[in-house]
Amino acid sequence: MLLRLRPPATAAGLSSFLSSGPFTRPLPSPSWRPRRPRLSTAAAAASSSAPNGPGGRLESLRERYDVIVVGGGHAGCEAALASARLGARTLLLTLNIDRIAWQPCNPAVGGPAKSQLVHEVDALGGDIGKIADRCYLQKRVLNSSKGPAVRALRAQTDKREYAMEMRKVVESTQNLFIREAMATEVMIGKNDSVEGVHTFFGMDFYAPSVVLTTGTFMSGKIWVGRTSMPAGRAGESASQGLTENLQHLGFETDRLKTGTPPRIDRRTVDFSRLEAQHGDEEVGWFSFDPELHVEREQMCCYLTRTTKETHQIVTDNLDETPTYGGWVEAKGPRYCPAIEDKIVRFKDKESHQVFLEPEGRDVPELYLQGFSTGLPERLQLPLVRTLPGLENCVMLRPAYAVEYDYLPAYQCSRSLMTKRFEGLFFSGQINGTTGYEEAAAQGIVSGINAARHSDGKPLIVLERESSYIGTLIDDLVTKDLREPYRMLTSRSEHRLLFRSDNADSRLTPFGREIGLIDDRRWELYKSKQARIKEEKERLKHTRVSGVEFAAEVTAVSNQPVKESST
Amino acid sequence: RTLPIPIQMVLLKKKEKIPMQMARAVSRLLPFLLWRPPRPLLRRRPLNPSPKPLTTRAKALASCSSLVLPGDERSPPSSPSRRAPPSYGGGGSPGTIAAIVTSLGGGPAAVGIVRLSGTDAVAVVGRVFRPARREPAPWRPRSHFVEYGVALDGDESVIDEVLVVPMLAPRSYTREDVVELQCHGNDLCLRRVLRACLEAGARLADPGEFTLRAFLNGRLDLAQAENVSRLISAKSVAAADSALAGIQGGFSTLVKSLRSRCIELITEIEARLDFEDEMPPLDPMMLLSKINSMMQEVQDALDTAKYDKLLLSGLQIAIIGRPNVGKSSLLNAWSKSERAIVTEIAGTTRDVVEANVSIHGIPVTLLDTAGIRETDDIVEKIGVERSETAALGADMVIMTISAVDGWTEDDTKLIKRVMIDEKCSGSTVPMVLVINKVDCTPFVPGEEFEKFSGIFRKHVHTCAVTGKGISELERAVIEVRGLESIPSEGRRWTVNQRQLEQLMRTQEAFTRLESSINEQLPLDFWTIDLREAALALATISGEDISEEVLSSIFSKFCIGK
Repeated sequence: MLLRLRPPATAAGLSSFLSSGPFTRPLPSPSWRPRRPRLSTAAAAASSSAPNGPGGRLESLRERYDVIVVGGGHAGCEAALASARLGARTLLLTLNIDRIAWQPCNPAVGGPAKSQLVHEVDALGGDIGKIADRCYLQKRVLNSSKGPAVRALRAQTDKREYAMEMRKVVESTQNLFIREAMATEVMIGKNDSVEGVHTFFGMDFYAPSVVLTTGTFMSGKIWVGRTSMPAGRAGESASQGLTENLQHLGFETDRLKTGTPPRIDRRTVDFSRLEAQHGDEEVGWFSFDPELHVEREQMCCYLTRTTKETHQIVTDNLDETPTYGGWVEAKGPRYCPAIEDKIVRFKDKESHQVFLEPEGRDVPELYLQGFSTGLPERLQLPLVRTLPGLENCVMLRPAYAVEYDYLPAYQCSRSLMTKRFEGLFFSGQINGTTGYEEAAAQGIVSGINAARHSDGKPLIVLERESSYIGTLIDDLVTKDLREPYRMLTSRSEHRLLFRSDNADSRLTPFGREIGLIDDRRWELYKSKQARIKEEKERLKHTRVSGVEFAAEVTAVSNQPVKESST
Repeated sequence: RTLPIPIQMVLLKKKEKIPMQMARAVSRLLPFLLWRPPRPLLRRRPLNPSPKPLTTRAKALASCSSLVLPGDERSPPSSPSRRAPPSYGGGGSPGTIAAIVTSLGGGPAAVGIVRLSGTDAVAVVGRVFRPARREPAPWRPRSHFVEYGVALDGDESVIDEVLVVPMLAPRSYTREDVVELQCHGNDLCLRRVLRACLEAGARLADPGEFTLRAFLNGRLDLAQAENVSRLISAKSVAAADSALAGIQGGFSTLVKSLRSRCIELITEIEARLDFEDEMPPLDPMMLLSKINSMMQEVQDALDTAKYDKLLLSGLQIAIIGRPNVGKSSLLNAWSKSERAIVTEIAGTTRDVVEANVSIHGIPVTLLDTAGIRETDDIVEKIGVERSETAALGADMVIMTISAVDGWTEDDTKLIKRVMIDEKCSGSTVPMVLVINKVDCTPFVPGEEFEKFSGIFRKHVHTCAVTGKGISELERAVIEVRGLESIPSEGRRWTVNQRQLEQLMRTQEAFTRLESSINEQLPLDFWTIDLREAALALATISGEDISEEVLSSIFSKFCIGK
């Protein structure tokens, strides 16, 4: 049963059990009893446990929750936060608590279409925009010369700070429990409904809703040159066993590939010869909450270009790369091709741009955007050193590619619940997407629905014409996927309507109805809407005429003005 | 160095999915186009052959006029297929289809053809056909080789002598296995052979189903499929020529080229919206010139649409003038007939007289009208009114005067009257002046004549009695209606109503695009109208564009960080 709501929906008084309380709660101790009786938990408890029987003590230690989120990345965090804030006792299982909300690739949030996703998640009460606003190193508005609908904010972020901030939020949210564990099995009960997850070390966690956000970890394997090892990210072990379990349950799985460029030491780069890219003087914000609009000092990005020598090294060593050497077949995304792909496919282009982006205020790492490669590590440093300004640089981390399992998302409905099992939700890269913003967007939807499912409420669906989130999910569940899915403005038929600035009027009433928008945010929203309305009225009734004025407006806005305007 | 096993397995699985995807896309496209939902009941009928009266069934089929192949009539189904038909996909009904594809009921012909198409076509024919040469069963066809033999019914008794023409997939009209049985042209023979095929496992084809399959299997695009229907029902050589040109893809080529250029432009713009910081800026002048050239081509295509309309409905030309200037003689001379009564008495013609001629392949109806003058005769009065109505309703007016009388006052009155009528109805009909009877005296233009000569697009001197000047008159008609721009050779394809609508949609989109550009709206606004244009063009050929733009971006530009 799906509840279809098309934002902006009228903000009916669906009760808000939001609890963004202060950090005064006692430390959570997992108890087997749900805080509030929830329909499905109660039913499951009645059917499967006998608390007063022999062995009752052990039974009572069974860990019961309303929602279990597997994975603590950008999808997992949004899902867990949304679910906990809706009142569901939520367990976040992660392989490594220190890597919550890590940015393993580009330390940036936003960009065309992606920034709209962030604004929309924020309008629904999610966190990605707030954290990005808090941790930015640089902000720029892209497409500023184009129409308002495609202008896009992009922030370079401090990746350590980002992870810390998100972890703080996750740790201080009521109803949310974190546990390090590797989920290896989804437990299915009667009537094809989910019962919980089983972990590698033999624990069983029970919940009527389970959200899987496995990222690149499910049977992940990283490659540097011809050498590979099982890992979800460099230095982190992959999650094994879950793929087989899901296949056994009847899911179709497939494999995708993505990659990340090398990181170099900022202190060894000669910036004097590089073109600097500064942030905007007037900073834009992802969050609609003015409390977060605190400006900070901005850092600089730099631009360099590949040279003849770069191209020479690549062409001489093509058989050392996975794609042209032919040992990895999984297809990577077209929008972040490896440098060897660019050089082979666009032979006549003499040079390609490479951006140097800081990864944090107090880390020396620089991210080489546009320079991911599948070459072996011994060739990577010589390759990087062919770039102007980087002749003497030191490499901190090599570039690598990662291969991982995903589940083609046509196995999910638009609520992100799987069609096969009630209570099982997928979000993020497991659905074949790429990008933190895409993950967060799915995360918040699956978190909301997981909580609603455990509470016996109808699930929500965001319509395609309501938002980029709706478009994203609709594309995922209906279209064939050939590469990791990235949100692009051209994917939406309604591009001109999905502006950043109206994300709140499109989605905040809906977020309020669901229960993710607290009273303060709601008041802010209402007063903003009132001001907009007032101004519109004023504009309707104020008449200005005069050729000089029109000429002035034209000069300022770059748009011609017709003879008379109201 | 091989793939991990899961990938290989998954790659295999992936392939199976693709046909379904395509089928889904096509079925989404089709419903509003050329195809009526199949009647599944036909196939599920129980196995006892219950021959219905032939006539009612044939009528029913004829009345459900299908857009494609309206000419092929069929006899009733007598038995369903014997086995579960293989999944066909794409919204068309599955199975092997059979039908009589030559016309029925037009008197006995020497030869008639039963055609089968589908995966089981060869097997079905194998059960019906026995080759004359001694060869071990089962019958093994050699593609595109004719074979002689006999057709048998279920009791193994011979029902006709036939020639079999197997055309195996994909070298066939439908891109499936097609087998044609050439029987004797008698309806009876054909129906018996068809029934044998149906009993052997084929199912009766729906109207137009062979062409539907050709479309679904990508053998024809939608515009070509429509021209198949036009060719079959063409009534004139010019119409048949244009339909044939359409089938051979003249129009489709233009549409495809326009569409791909639209997509190219969208690609240029979209790439700059989604990957702003990686792309060099766009040259608006280059965009503008491309858009302008596309607009021009759409305009040309719309012009040929006019020609198409003329081919179908023809031109109406009203001949008006004072009494006794030789209008009826002109009609007779032009149509090489004695259609109108000609006498020396003024006002002989009382009613509108029609005659048909053909100018450069375009059917033209000539309307001879009563001479327009003030009269008390009731009958003639009505005739005059009719003349004026005819002049208003025609596509063109030929005003006739007599060289003997020159331009008279009555002519002035008449032309004023016509002009007033035109003003009232708000239409402008092009006019040509014919100066008749030039054999008697040479025409002397007077002062009054000079005053009015300007409103005629052409002046032609004729002599209706000798037929002099008629060919000049025809040339004038062609010129005035702007038909000479349609070359007699080369691009002769034309545009039907559906295609016309989409072309208009394209043109409107381009017009809006032009105004967006002139109003200096930002780039992202341009894509809306470009997309609209590309969609309209895609509708003509029956394609989709969504993923194509993205693919094009990635294949064309080096993008990505």
